[in-house]
Amino acid sequence: MPDDPGIAGAPGTSGVRLVIPAEPMAVRQALLDLFAMAPTDHLPDDLRSTAEIVIAEVLNNIVEHAYAGTKGDIDLSIRPTCDGLWCTVIDHGAPMPGNALPAATLPDSQAEDLPEGGFGWFLIRTLARDVRYDRKGPTNCLTFWLPATESEIADIPGAATCI
Amino acid sequence: MDIACDTIGDTLVARVQATRIDAAIAIRFKDLMREVLHAPAPRIVLDLSKVDFLDSSGLGAVVAVMKLAGPGRRLELAALTPTVEKVFRLTRMDQVFTIHAQPPGIVRHAG
Repeated sequence: MPDDPGIAGAPGTSGVRLVIPAEPMAVRQALLDLFAMAPTDHLPDDLRSTAEIVIAEVLNNIVEHAYAGTKGDIDLSIRPTCDGLWCTVIDHGAPMPGNALPAATLPDSQAEDLPEGGFGWFLIRTLARDVRYDRKGPTNCLTFWLPATESEIADIPGAATCI
Repeated sequence: MDIACDTIGDTLVARVQATRIDAAIAIRFKDLMREVLHAPAPRIVLDLSKVDFLDSSGLGAVVAVMKLAGPGRRLELAALTPTVEKVFRLTRMDQVFTIHAQPPGIVRHAG
């Protein structure tokens, strides 16, 4: 298991961990599985859509850029907190360019030639908080927090009570 | 994935028969829509009511299909589900496409 990302689930909270082959169909199946299993099967609507968007973009980036057609696994851990989800994603593919997180620039939707890509990191950085990337030896480790909206905070299954 | 087409007046309605347009299927979606676009209809409405999820690859494919439709006709969208709507809103692509709340009517007495 990865190092604790820093916010702790109180004792008794439960998380979920999936090891996913780095292939587009496996990523699709993992997302379907993830939201069909406890504790992520009964997330409030807005947090669920945020989680599905961000996790899909993170996993697809790893398949496309870190492993880039080579075989490998992605290790995804999610832990509910009182007000959101802590996520840790580990892979053994190529490092991020410059060992740093990509920028969160929104492609120009007013451009004459409309953009067909470049939305992934924008969506991740817009929806996730505290995004942190570490390269340790052959391992990429990305951690981030997905905040629940205020009205949904009380509805996160498996989470500890906010203190 | 399949795309079911209806013609209503001068509008071609392309109804996506899949729950996801994601990285695993974006290219197939684009290829299927390329076939659909062979029809000469001046207006095309993409009915996304069955699509629960669309990622950035799916979004890119929808943009690509709009370009394939050509400068003389616009691709419009209809019936975005909440997660799909969120992706369009956050990326401001909701300002690029005409988006209808409901798909054009289904013919109830076909045949």
